[in-house]
Amino acid sequence: MARMTGRRALFAVPVLLTVTFAVFAVAAASPFDPVKAYAGTAGLTASQDTLDQLRANLGADQPLVARWWNWLTAALGGDLGDSSVMRQPVADVIGERIGWSALLAATAFLVAILLGTALGVLAARRQGGLLDRCVSSAAYTLEAAPAFWLGLLAIWFFALKLGVLPAGGLTDTASDTVTAGQVASHLVLPALVLGVSQLPWFFLYVRQGVADALDEDPVRGARARGLSERTVLLGHALRSGMLPMLTLVGSRVPELITGALLVETVFSWPGIAAATVQAATSVDFPLLAALTVLATAAVLAGNLLSDLLYGLADPRVGFDG
Amino acid sequence: MAELTWISRGRTRRSTRTVRLTASAVVVVAVALAVLIVPPLVQLDEQAVDLANKLQPPSPAHPFGTDDVGRDLLLRCVYGLRISLLVGLVAALVATVIGTAVGAAAAAFGGWTDRVVMRIVDAFSSVPHLLLGIFIVAMFRPGVWPVIVSVALTHWLSTARIVRSEVLSLRARPFVDAAISGGASRRRVIVRHLLPAVLPQAGLAAVLMVPHAMWHESALSFLGLGLPSHQASLGNLVQTARSSLLAGDWWPTLFPGLLLIVPTLAIAGLAGAWRERINPRRRSELML
Repeated sequence: MARMTGRRALFAVPVLLTVTFAVFAVAAASPFDPVKAYAGTAGLTASQDTLDQLRANLGADQPLVARWWNWLTAALGGDLGDSSVMRQPVADVIGERIGWSALLAATAFLVAILLGTALGVLAARRQGGLLDRCVSSAAYTLEAAPAFWLGLLAIWFFALKLGVLPAGGLTDTASDTVTAGQVASHLVLPALVLGVSQLPWFFLYVRQGVADALDEDPVRGARARGLSERTVLLGHALRSGMLPMLTLVGSRVPELITGALLVETVFSWPGIAAATVQAATSVDFPLLAALTVLATAAVLAGNLLSDLLYGLADPRVGFDG
Repeated sequence: MAELTWISRGRTRRSTRTVRLTASAVVVVAVALAVLIVPPLVQLDEQAVDLANKLQPPSPAHPFGTDDVGRDLLLRCVYGLRISLLVGLVAALVATVIGTAVGAAAAAFGGWTDRVVMRIVDAFSSVPHLLLGIFIVAMFRPGVWPVIVSVALTHWLSTARIVRSEVLSLRARPFVDAAISGGASRRRVIVRHLLPAVLPQAGLAAVLMVPHAMWHESALSFLGLGLPSHQASLGNLVQTARSSLLAGDWWPTLFPGLLLIVPTLAIAGLAGAWRERINPRRRSELML
């Protein structure tokens, strides 16, 4: 297991190198000019000498590979550059915001797993039944529904129509301290929307897993021994049906990041996904590059977690990957 | 008993499948007619401002209601769907061409080319698509082409994988051996024997990619990174509806979103049937 972790970490190095290089290559091929971005409106009136001086200071006159290498060595030392839109070092932006994103993502995952498991078991119990058909159709529809649209409709219904939950942000506008109660009430809607947008996958997976398990020998054996339907369903079918889903949770990181990009923006949640969108809107290259690499690292870590859990849960798989 | 339930279940499944297939086909035809025929036929200006009728809820005169400057939302949605569909189609086409070329080349050349190309595909699969798309758009914005390129460049990876594995399995088949021993050049084997055989799979991937590409375009446009506002796609419509929604008016948000969901489900339904036809062993369960 330790060997597999080590091998995967080694595999992650070329992947991250490729991705960082591609990020710099795309930026170099684009009309984006770091000097103009740095100088802002002052760049319009500055003399050519000043701009050339600035270009040399920023290292923007160097070739692509040299710029990439400088960024890489600085990043390994913890210096990711400065964010122009947040007006602080990129490392500080990430440090301040990553906790809020993790809180949102973890709550959403919990919502998706609990709801998905409950609905999946209920649907699998009578496959093709009314409940199954309703929930399955709803799941396909939800899978096609954009998360930002769901978020906006949730704001309309819960915040405006019913007036029970806040529409966005982390705290009420009037308060200047962050209290747990305020955060909790502001967390409900974004976590629910992000969780529901992830729900179809969890639901369909549990439903399929439990339905398959219900047709297998252990369940037939349990029924033959006269165990109650409840024990058969929850003790036998759910256990073997849910295992693959739980082990694959790690591979859902890309979808979670995609959802977070939209949900955090809709609800003005102060996480790193919302910061990514802000960085993109104002072409803040240092922040955007760092967050892209961070997301890639998160995806790789999620994949590794999946494989490790799968090996732990199913001894036939082993840790050779 | 067991057999009986199996048979009855099979029968209900088949009839619901037919219903679903018919419904999907009807929706796809309706959408195609709406976006192709309505704009040239109905000589109405979808940008026509009518401040006296702003933010009217759905009514017989305006089935989808009107927006904050009194424009008819049904008309705006049809034009938005037209643009979303066009961007999605072009992006899916570009992505399929890139993916097929890369996948076929990797499998046909094999060896180091294959290994390096597939490692690069793996590396880019590790970046969440929307994030990579946001990055590309942010660097090349604004305009329609940056959006198309961004969606295409994030979607060719899966096609490349599918085509590669298909070509690999085809290469081991006797007719390819026969062609090679018959003296066909590598180029002829690829163009004449391998590519035609992978086209159904690539075509299926392309069809499934269209709603996905539309989804990506809408997300980018909603985030303010997509199409310029004078070429309003469905995502732009949801974006501009945000202020009306916060004032309590739901219809400018609801309808563009629905117009994104319904065609997506219909295309997935058709593609599921197609997949069952070309590959009957696999159940079309998780079709999106």
